[in-house]
Amino acid sequence: MPLGITGYGAYLPRHRLTHEELGAALGSGPTHLGKGTRTVASYDEDATTMGVEAARRALGDAAPDRWTSNLLFATSSPPYLDKSNATAIHAALDLGHRGFAADTGGAPRSAIAALRAAAALGGLAVLSDLRTGLPSSADERGGADGAAAFRFGDEADALATILAEASASAEFLDRWRVPGQDASRSWEERFGQEMYLPLIADAVGRALAAAGIEQADHVIVSSPHTRSAGVAARTYAGRVPSQEGALGYAGSADAGLKLAAVLDRAGAGETILLISAADGCDALVLRTTASLPGRRAAHPVLAQLEGGRELRYATYLTWRGMLDREPPRRPEPDRPAGPPSARGEAWKFGLVGSRCRSCGFVHLPPSRVCKRCHHIDEMERIALGQRSGTVATFTVDRLAFSPSPPMINAVVDFDGGGRYTLEVADASPDEVEIGTRVQMSFRRLYTVDGVHNYFWKATVVAAEED
Amino acid sequence: MASNGIRDKVAIVGMGCTPFGEHWDRSADDLLVDAIKECFATTPALTLEDVDAFWLGTMNSGQSGAVLSRPMALDYKPVTRVENMCATGSDAVRNACYAVASGAYDVVMAVGVEKLKDTGFSGLVRSNVAGDGTAPENTLTAPAAFSLLDPAYCKKYGVDQQDMRDAMTHIAWKNHHNGALNPRAQFRKEVSKEKIAASPLVAGRLGIFDCSGVSDGAACALVVRAEDAHRYTDRPMFVKALALAAGPANGPMDPGYDYTSFEEVVRSSADAYQQAGITDPRTQIDLAEVHDCFTPTELVLMEDMGFSARGEAWRDVLDGAFDLDGRLSVNPDGGLKSFGHPVGASGLRMLFENWQQFRGEAGARQLDAPKLGLTHNLGGRPGTCVSFVSIVGPERD
Repeated sequence: MPLGITGYGAYLPRHRLTHEELGAALGSGPTHLGKGTRTVASYDEDATTMGVEAARRALGDAAPDRWTSNLLFATSSPPYLDKSNATAIHAALDLGHRGFAADTGGAPRSAIAALRAAAALGGLAVLSDLRTGLPSSADERGGADGAAAFRFGDEADALATILAEASASAEFLDRWRVPGQDASRSWEERFGQEMYLPLIADAVGRALAAAGIEQADHVIVSSPHTRSAGVAARTYAGRVPSQEGALGYAGSADAGLKLAAVLDRAGAGETILLISAADGCDALVLRTTASLPGRRAAHPVLAQLEGGRELRYATYLTWRGMLDREPPRRPEPDRPAGPPSARGEAWKFGLVGSRCRSCGFVHLPPSRVCKRCHHIDEMERIALGQRSGTVATFTVDRLAFSPSPPMINAVVDFDGGGRYTLEVADASPDEVEIGTRVQMSFRRLYTVDGVHNYFWKATVVAAEED
Repeated sequence: MASNGIRDKVAIVGMGCTPFGEHWDRSADDLLVDAIKECFATTPALTLEDVDAFWLGTMNSGQSGAVLSRPMALDYKPVTRVENMCATGSDAVRNACYAVASGAYDVVMAVGVEKLKDTGFSGLVRSNVAGDGTAPENTLTAPAAFSLLDPAYCKKYGVDQQDMRDAMTHIAWKNHHNGALNPRAQFRKEVSKEKIAASPLVAGRLGIFDCSGVSDGAACALVVRAEDAHRYTDRPMFVKALALAAGPANGPMDPGYDYTSFEEVVRSSADAYQQAGITDPRTQIDLAEVHDCFTPTELVLMEDMGFSARGEAWRDVLDGAFDLDGRLSVNPDGGLKSFGHPVGASGLRMLFENWQQFRGEAGARQLDAPKLGLTHNLGGRPGTCVSFVSIVGPERD
């Protein structure tokens, strides 16, 4: 059965680093670097957690179907090596144990691999990245952190279908990074342009011919090689002008975020040419369907880009591990242990509790004995990741161990029952009070002994969203 | 379900208590030796050899009865190590009293010790069971957990935030005032209300002066049958009630819990009052040593124990009801706040203040012939805790 994109979602983290702040902090002057800004993943976010957020948006309220059990994850900043990161995303989405969950890691081109595999198998392609660079580098300034996810299922239900695809590959040294390093290096830019442009012309030419069109309505160019991307965008300009320029380059998430941004505004029956030039070139031609206008993502990419909270450069460096600050005089928490984390997989990753069948009391974490009516083993599962809640009481812990003190904690009462004490992410202390509305966000609480402690936090719901 | 109690069946006939504080020059072993040495020095009718069995309370300063038998060179006596978080010392006393009441032993000792200042960290350090990393206790500190009471209390009773701040300040001020009169207290200085209210924030609105002292210390008590008490001292202290409640930890899961009360305290104090025959705690109790780990804790305890009406404790506190010369003196020895809180020793320290008050040995803090005293320990945090209450008095009914 032919498959198409049946859902999509994008996630941009809340924090922003402005070129002005960079210039001021680095002494190159506030005006030198212009007015730009980049998205920054918080200290408790990584490619996995951002991928979860994008995938949750791609799934929406849709019940998991037989396609969504597969998950292909692409990133150039994998939180783990040797251990798959896709399984954590799969578990956070509460997709059960059936299905194929795998990483396509390393280079940004892995994003296209994940998209193609998901298009062939059905399931989710989760494209996520956290982009760093040496302090003061163009990579640092022009990068972006974020994630996009695409759900592939029955073409009859699709928002967009793939009409044609073509690829070209070549081995040359344009940019590279040895595993373990924080930042990439690159060759002289003119050399890369010389290598990329013929590959782009070849792949795009074949894809357009296969699709039987001369010009697409929308054109997306994604490349770590900025000059080649610029030339390609001018050469193959679409009928509808591009609006995606301000985002910055988001690595493995880049093509996905730009595709999501086009799906946010494209009309029905329009064509999209996606050019991804990374170690070669992949060109995909898609056509939107009549279903698209009614089923766009609830959080458009450009709307997410507009929001945000400005960050000081010293905080950014601290979050990225480039500035080692004195910690609070508190012991580091213990690393999460393997067996309890596996036993509690549904709870820890899926935020699944138990509800008493006799009296309805919700237990977080799941409990075997009902705290209200004391029945034993009369529980059913209840997933709370998609529920909102209200702050019952709260505190700002200035003593606690945290990768970014102070730690804000809130006792959250979930809509429809259930209570848990959660950290509040992406907030300043003055944003939280009794009655504040919050929703759930999958985060990395801390890392000890190389083990990432993934769990859920609360984020404040903007008044207009509630 | 019965709680029969052992009212007036056992008595404390000797006590020892080290000064609490930052004892950089003293190990847990030294503190145990100091407390026990003082106990026998002031109880000449008994020696260490006369003690039939021991209950040792410590949360984190060692494991097993050997923590006591080794430094004291005990010759093959029974020693039970007790742990019940911040109620550890109290539970050691409770079990020691039951051992005497059962007739199993004639003379037993309850000892509590804690060495907190050797870790290099601020505040209490937990030893966690291996887990999945999702429990808030893994990172959320004790002051933060108790600071949850402040906004919840203000909201529920419509108390102005400044009034609440003033009440918390008054509690810290009072306990520092009392501690200044106590030569064994960790902090022996009065602190102005202005300084307390402006102290650096630790968690929520709690500043450092809203938090109890992190300290080292030890204390002990000799327990005998009530009828034997006058063989060892002319002024024994009789045990009227011992109550303990461990809650189901509903609070952190139950949206019905409002973070303005400790149900465990309500239950354990009701049990203790019933055991001791107390019908009106406000008028019948003359002094109360309560678990003022943080200032809002003491405030809420006043209501849970029936010393104040619901929603009124902040006003009673500001009216001076619980000051040294108030209608009920609460923490006349300075409390956890200024006497210090070496976890395993704190419950015994609370009894020690009653002991001194009943014997007329409380110096500048001396109350006018108190007849009934209360001690209260809380182990855990709001919504998830154990609570202990004892009632003691200088006379056998």
